[in-house]
This record gives sequence, C-alpha cells and structure tokens, in this order.
Amino acid sequence: MQFMLLFSRQGKLRLQKWYVPLSDKEKKKITRELVQTVLARKPKMCSFLEWRDLKIVYKRYASLYFCCAVEDQDNELITLEIIHRYVELLDKYFGSVCELDIIFNFEKAYFILDEFLLGGEVQETSKKNVLKAIEQADLLQEEAETPRSVLEEIGLT
Amino acid sequence: MPAVSKGDGMRGLAVFISDIRNCKSKEAEIKRINKELANIRSKFKGDKALDGYSKKKYVCKLLFIFLLGHDIDFGHMEAVNLLSSNRYTEKQIGYLFISVLVNSNSELIRLINNAIKNDLASRNPTFMGLALHCIANVGSREMAEAFAGEIPKILVAGDTMDSVKQSAALCLLRLYRTSPDLVPMGDWTSRVVHLLNDQHLGVVTAATSLITTLAQKNLEEFKTSVSLAVSRLSRIVTSASTDLQDYTYYFVPAPWLSVKLLRLLQCYPPPEEPAVRGRLTECLETVLNKAQEPPKSKKVQHSNAKNAVLFEAISLIIHHDSEPNLLVRACNQLGQFLQHRETNLRYLALESMCTLASSEFSHEAVKTHIETVINALKTERDVSVRQRAVDLLYAMCDRSNAQQIVAEMLSYLETADYSIREEIVLKVAILAEKYAVDYTWYVDTILNLIRIAGDYISEEVWYRVIQIVINRDDVQGYAAKTVFEALQAPACHENLLKVGGYILGEFGNLIAGDPRSSPLIQFSLLHSKFHLCSVPTRALLLSTYIKFVNLFPEVKATIQDVLRSDSQLRNADVELQQRAVEYLRLSTIASTDILATVLEEMPPFPERESSILAKLKKKKGPGTVTDLEGSKRERSADMNGAAEPAPANTSAASTPSPSADLLGLGAVPSVPTGPPPSSGGGGGLLVDVFSDSASAVAPLAPGSEDNFARFVCKNNGVLFENQLLQIGLKSEFRQNLGRMFIFYGNKTSTQFLNFTPTLICSDGLQSNLNLQTKPVDPTVDGGAQVQQVVNIESLSDFSEAPVLNIQFRYGGTFQNVSVKLPITLNKFFQPTEMASQDFFQRWKQLSNPQQEVQNIFKAKHPMDTEVTKAKIIGFGSALLEEVDPNPANFVGAGIIHTKTTQIGCLLRLEPNLQAQMYRLTVRTSKDTVSQRLWELLSEQF
Repeated sequence: MQFMLLFSRQGKLRLQKWYVPLSDKEKKKITRELVQTVLARKPKMCSFLEWRDLKIVYKRYASLYFCCAVEDQDNELITLEIIHRYVELLDKYFGSVCELDIIFNFEKAYFILDEFLLGGEVQETSKKNVLKAIEQADLLQEEAETPRSVLEEIGLT
Repeated sequence: MPAVSKGDGMRGLAVFISDIRNCKSKEAEIKRINKELANIRSKFKGDKALDGYSKKKYVCKLLFIFLLGHDIDFGHMEAVNLLSSNRYTEKQIGYLFISVLVNSNSELIRLINNAIKNDLASRNPTFMGLALHCIANVGSREMAEAFAGEIPKILVAGDTMDSVKQSAALCLLRLYRTSPDLVPMGDWTSRVVHLLNDQHLGVVTAATSLITTLAQKNLEEFKTSVSLAVSRLSRIVTSASTDLQDYTYYFVPAPWLSVKLLRLLQCYPPPEEPAVRGRLTECLETVLNKAQEPPKSKKVQHSNAKNAVLFEAISLIIHHDSEPNLLVRACNQLGQFLQHRETNLRYLALESMCTLASSEFSHEAVKTHIETVINALKTERDVSVRQRAVDLLYAMCDRSNAQQIVAEMLSYLETADYSIREEIVLKVAILAEKYAVDYTWYVDTILNLIRIAGDYISEEVWYRVIQIVINRDDVQGYAAKTVFEALQAPACHENLLKVGGYILGEFGNLIAGDPRSSPLIQFSLLHSKFHLCSVPTRALLLSTYIKFVNLFPEVKATIQDVLRSDSQLRNADVELQQRAVEYLRLSTIASTDILATVLEEMPPFPERESSILAKLKKKKGPGTVTDLEGSKRERSADMNGAAEPAPANTSAASTPSPSADLLGLGAVPSVPTGPPPSSGGGGGLLVDVFSDSASAVAPLAPGSEDNFARFVCKNNGVLFENQLLQIGLKSEFRQNLGRMFIFYGNKTSTQFLNFTPTLICSDGLQSNLNLQTKPVDPTVDGGAQVQQVVNIESLSDFSEAPVLNIQFRYGGTFQNVSVKLPITLNKFFQPTEMASQDFFQRWKQLSNPQQEVQNIFKAKHPMDTEVTKAKIIGFGSALLEEVDPNPANFVGAGIIHTKTTQIGCLLRLEPNLQAQMYRLTVRTSKDTVSQRLWELLSEQF
C-alpha cells in the first residue's frame, strides 16, 4: 500500500498515512485530486478505480471515506477488508467510533494504525493482539499520567 | 468534545481542537492557530524548563496544526527530546511527530538515530516496537545506513518477542524498498525463510511480505520458500474455521496470510517437485471448491475475504498457465461472477478474465461468456466497469466472433464516454483489420468508425485504411464506390474527406463509368467541401486534383481553373500556394506520358507491423494487446508516421518517380552537401562495408570508450584526435534512418597515403543495422580535411556499436587506428509528449519483469538538474514535466524506430542528492531494448 487517507463527506482530511516518500506539496495535490474524484462517485459504483499507475480502493463508513492506494498487483478485495478491520479496531477501542473520536484523538488513530499496518503491509491481523498492544500502552500511560492530571486540574499548567 | 477520552486526555489539546472546530471562517481558524503557535513558541523559548507533559502536549498541538495543512517550522528539537523520555506516552508522541514531520536536517537525524539506537538496545519490547515503527514510517536512507545491519539480527534472534519480530520484518521491508543496496543478503535470509513455519501467525504474515519482496529480486536465494509456503497455505485452507481463532476473519481462515502466500508463489514458476506441486494443486482446488459452497455468513466481509483468496488463487493459476483443468474451472468461476449483484465482483471478474483470455487453455472457455460481456457493455452504470468489458471483448476476439464483437463495439462507441473513445476506435480498427476475411467488411467498418467517432480517429487509423486499400486490388473499386457514397452526406467528418480524397485520387477511375459518379461529379463533390477544411486536408485534396488531371483529361480545364484562382495561387499558406503553382505548371507543360508517369498509381506499401497496433501498445502496453494468432497476424504497410500518405508528400517537382522512397530522408532540407541518400540498390560505387577487407584491424584506441559515451546524448563533435589525425562527426537521425558525416583532418603538413577508413560491424550487428558509404580519396593533403558520408538504417534493435578502422601511410610508417562509432540505439528515438495520466497508464502496462530494467548507481558527475534535463533530451526521449509525483525526478518517453518495429520506451530517473546516487528505470516492450537503453543512459550521469 502506498498511502491511506481518511476524509469526511465535506472533503476534510481526517487522517493521512504515507508509505512512500513524497513532498508535502505532492501529498496535498494527491489528496485534493483523490478527495474530489472519490466524492464525485455515486453510491452504487464499484469500490475500485484506476488512478495514475495505482489502484484506488475506497469505502464509506457513515460520514467518513477510507481510501487506500495500492499497487497494480495488489488484491483489491483484501484491501477493502484492511479498511474494514481498521474500522473495527477503531470501533472497539473507542466504543462505537465516530468522526469526532478520530478528530479529538487523532494520535490514537495513528497509533492503532501503526500496530495494524506497518510500511504499508499488514503487520497483525488479530484484533485481539492489536488492541492488547494499544491497551498496554494506555495502561503505561495512565500510571504515568495520574499525578499530572491532578496538577492540571488545580491549574498548575 | 466526546465524553470518551481514553488514556491520558490532554485537556489543553482537546480545548484547542474544540476552538478550531468552532471557528466560523478560515480566517478565524488561521488567527486561532497563529495565536497558539505564538503561545507554544514562547513556552519553548521561555526560561522555565518545560516538564515532559507540557512538552508532549505542545508537540501534539503542533502535530495537529500540521495535519490541518499548515506549515510547522519549529518544535522538532522538543520532539526529539521527547524520544529520550522514560515515559512511554511522551516517547510515543515524540516518535509520532518525527514520523509525520521528518526533516532531513542532518543534525536532527543524528539525534533521532541515536534515540532509536538506545531504544533498540533497551530490550524493552514496547520501546523497541516504537523505534521500529519510526524507522518503518520514515524509511529514509540515513536510517537505512544506520540500521539496515542491525534489524536482521533482531528479526532472527531467538529471544526476540513476536510483536518485535513482526515490526522488524516490515521495517526491514521498508528499508529494502527505499535502499536495496544497503540491505545485503546474508546468513539471516535462510532463517527468515523459516519464519514461514513460525507458530505465531502474525509473525508469518509479516515475514511473508518481507520474503515476497526480497524474493522478487533474489529468486535463487529464496527458492526454498516455495515448499514452505505451499505447506503453510495447505494447512490454512484445510483448517476448520475455528482452528485459527483470532486469525479467522468472518469465518475465513487467515485471509490476509493466504493472499500473501499466494502472492509469494507468484514470484516462481510451478514447483518442480511432484509432491509440492500436487499439494499446491490440491490447495487451489480446495479454494475453488469453497467458492461453490454456500456462504457461512451473509456479511459482505465474509464474501470479500473469501473471494480475495479466490482471486489471488486464480492469479496464481493464470501465472502458472500450466493446468488446463484449473484454468477452465477458474474461468467458469469468473463467469458466475460476471452476473453477480456486487459491482465489485463483476469488475474484478472482467479484469481477471482478460488475462485468462490470453491463455490457450482457457481462451475458448472465456469466449462462451461473450453475451454476458456484451450485455455488461450495454447495461453497466459505472464507466470503469464498462471499460473492463471493452478490454475483455478485445481480448477474447478471434476470427469466429470478430464480426459480432466489432459490431457491438461500434454501436457502443455511439454512446461511449469521451474518456475511452479513442481507445475503442483503435481497438475496432485493429480487430477489423486483423480478422477481416472480406475486405469490403473492413472498409465498411472503418468508414462507420469515421462516421461515428470522426474526432477520435488518430492519423494512424486513416493512414492504415489507405495502405490496405492500396495494397489489395480486390477492394479498390468497392472502396471508391463506398467513399463516394459516404461523401454525399451533407455533413461529413474531415477525416472521411481525407480518406475519400485519397482513394478517389487513386481509384476514382474505377467508378467513373457510372454516370452518377462521373469525373466531374466526383470532382465537384470533393471541391464543394474544400473550403471548409483545414490546410493539411486542402493540401491533400490539391494532390487529388492533380491526380484527376491524369485520370480524367475531361476535367483538366476545370481543375486548372481552380488551381489558377487567386485563392489557390496566392494563398497565404505557403504549402498550398506551392502546390497550386507546381501542379498548375505540371498540368500545363508536361506531356501526357510524363504526366502518366509522375502521377501513376501509388505502389504497394512495404509490409510492416500495423502502426495502429503500435499505438495501442503504447496506449495500453503489450500485455493487454495479446495476439493469439501470433504468426498469422496480418502484416502490412506502415507509413512510419510520415507527414501524410498523399503523393504530394514532397512537391511535385521533386517527386519524379513512383518509386520515390517515402521513408527516405529526401524531405529533410537541412542536409548539407553530399551525395543524396541511396535507397539501397547496390551500384558499382558503393563499397560493401561489411566485407572482410579490413585485415589486421587495430585494437580500439585508448579513450575510445569515453569518447563514445560522450556522443550518446549529442550528435556532433570530435570523436578522436592524436598528433596526426583528427576525426570529427556530424550526424542526424530521423525515425529509423540516419546520416553521419565523418570528417578526417590531417593535422600534419605531410600527405597521408592509402588513406582507407573501413566500417566494421559484427555478424550480430549486421543483421540489425545497415550502414552504407562510399570510399574516400586515398590521399589526404597536409592540413586538408576529407569528408565521408555514412547512411544508416536501423533494421531492428541492437546493442553493439560499429567500429571505424582507419589505415594510412604517414611518412614511411603505417598507421592503424580503431574507434567505436557512436551509432547507438537511442539515436532512433522519437520523443513522445504525454500527460501524466497516459504516462502512468503506459508505465503500468509495461510491468512484466522482463520489460523493466532498474538499477541504482553512484553519480559520476555533479548532480545538476539542468544538465540532467539536457542529457535526457539529448538522449532522444521527450522530457515530461509535471508527470512524476516527485518533482525532483525526471521522466521521459519516446519511440525507438527500427525498420521492423517501433518500440515505445518510458524512463524514469530518480536522483538522491544526499547519497549522490541515481536510480534509473527503463521500461519498454522489449527486454533487449530496455537493457541497452539503460546501459547507454546510466553512463551519462
């Protein structure tokens, strides 16, 4: 996989993950072009399209579009299920995930993605294992965080 | 703000995000962001040392601002500081920032690498995981240099945790993709292969991706992975859906891993060992069988995962192309999908069947689905699906169904999307020609094509119909009658007028007996449309008129009146004016005999590969233009892309004979003095340059190779110089022909005697490159220069270069010099401009491993963008701007012309300034061409 983009129906980019080195300018150009192309497609159309020398696989979940660019020999259907598994992971972690969760906890969305996909390839397909890794991290985090939060509450930041 | 905020919840961050969301306008948002940036900047610069939490919060805010699309120019240092924090969450945010906002600031890279090194050595699996994720996300060359040696060790070490192994495998994969030269194969590779046997399926999944990528470039080294992959796959597909626990996805056992294993197997031919082969066949049969079983769930995820494995299995079956039984079963399965209610499946079935159509085992089976595919063309609502249907119809076409398929494509063309019309036109034109039994059908089809889609007819298409009509006398009368009728339509496309004008000019006499198409009527019909046409068409029609003067003496006066009119004789366009003047003069002064000779019917065109096919190949790549009938292909004439096929290609005065070589260089006005190019015919004056006359040829002069390389991207200059002799070159090339002027300068004040330059081609080269020249005067006076002209014709692609050997006497001594003559394949390049989309489409079509040559090499010269551009243009290809997503890269495209074929070539040069390296990729439809062009071009940088 070369990159993954999450954007809203209004065309706002919510998450971007690039597995190939590109300049910021180029990333913005690609994003603009793809968001436009995908949003213009009608609901019943197929989830795959040829774009430059890549294949785009996309799917809409509620107000969010998940869009992956894979190479010519890559399997379209399994890519669709990569998207679905990622949605499931987010859903399980946040509990009925919605767009706001991803906006306010964008760093978590990235961490979960990194546990699931690395370098553009599937690293771990077991939902249990991925969530275990994330939850362990959260535990570490909470232990460290508790005194901080108290300090913050009394206005020491 | 959502209630759930797992983990820490940085309140300040959440408030900031809320503020941004509440901004009513872009301006307000920018204002809020600037305020925040100022705040963070002051905190970072403040005297008070920030604690880890604050640092983390601010870095996270910066990250958020960056992801909104704003530039961030500070905070990197603070992020790097977070890396060395002992708190997991701080470290994690630090790594995230670095991964998203890498900055190739070398100072920082060293610090980052240092932090990563510490974490890798920490033996804390969570920290190691973060560090590996960061390397995999950034994947820069600096990181490869620092860690490519270390990661394989982590990967194969016995005590590494599973999750770390997974990250290490994919991390290594990423580094191998960006810097393969920095990841040397070694002892670790065999241990990596054995990870296919690992108990942990997550480890196997990650390792399979790594092995597949490595195996593609190191086939031999990873050969043992085949049998391991087969047995792993076999265990998965035969397992019950609960066996694999969490690796079962909607009742499908390990679909991701299955797909990856099937991909890995596609790197190799079918396994040789019978047991392995048998086991694999069983696996594939099981996958096909499962497709027939009732679904275990109604969820689309179940069917997608199951079919993902099925399509990958079919890809492997097609890749092996050796088991007729499996191929036919695959085809039947795809046939079922063609009518599936899921658009996605119909799309994939059409796509996959296209490749099946080219296998001899399954071609017939594919053909049985013709009605369904035609129906798809008519009823699919998604253009991308219809496009696949067109591709498949084209792939399944043969003599038995050509008439039906062509008719369907023609009727589809009337309503087809503009984006795919040109391609359909090419396909129809090719099929109509290839499978024409009856050439009247062919002529009808092409005229229909022009009527329906005149604007999408490229020149190749109408050139081609003319070549065929000229070469086949059985269809000429019919063609004349049909074009005459078609031209009577009140509005007809200009392309029809071109074809009509040309054909009537040649064969109008065949229908002139009919009073309804008498010469005068033919002429009036054409001339009534004359004024509405573009200049090139009018030029062509003027040639038709002069042909009429010869064919029909009764209309001569009428035509002379037309030529004489001010609108012709004083036309502002110089070409039209010249034609009018010359044709008028010719018709007035030439005798009937001369006129009949000059304006004789065109001779048949030489047999050649269809230029339309070449065009489609360029458009779609050779992979999809499969030719089942191979040797049976109709080969015929090709205009070689010359200006136009009219006899008026050159002006009448210089078109003295019907045998004038259309391919000759005669039309090139810039040729300096020298004998005219010979069109081959022998003759006593011609020296056979291939004879073995050169006895005792000297070995190549020192420095010859360097000088040779300098001429790859330029045509003129000094090829050789010593104290006695200087050899200069001046050359020009057009399509598959070229001419080289060699200048021999005597630097001394003494005569050279018996001066004999000889051109030497090896046996292999002789059949691909034709060189002709005349001997030069055997005495060269002191201080004088003599010139020799070499006419060059490339017959087919070639890799060697001819050698120029010069022998002469100077004073009392015998001199013998040999140099390589820089006649290289790229000289026959014709640049092709194309848009980004076309480029990538063609690029993608040339994706067979044999079609591509790609390597990385060190820069030998300073890396200067402008110099590089000049070299690529000098190399002969077009330099395509704004095509490559990365503006630092260079891409080029062009066609190599040889007598027998034209080969479309794409190239891409990716400089890496830091490493002073280049990666050059050449893709063409022919492996030898890719290889040679790569060699020639890579020497230039």
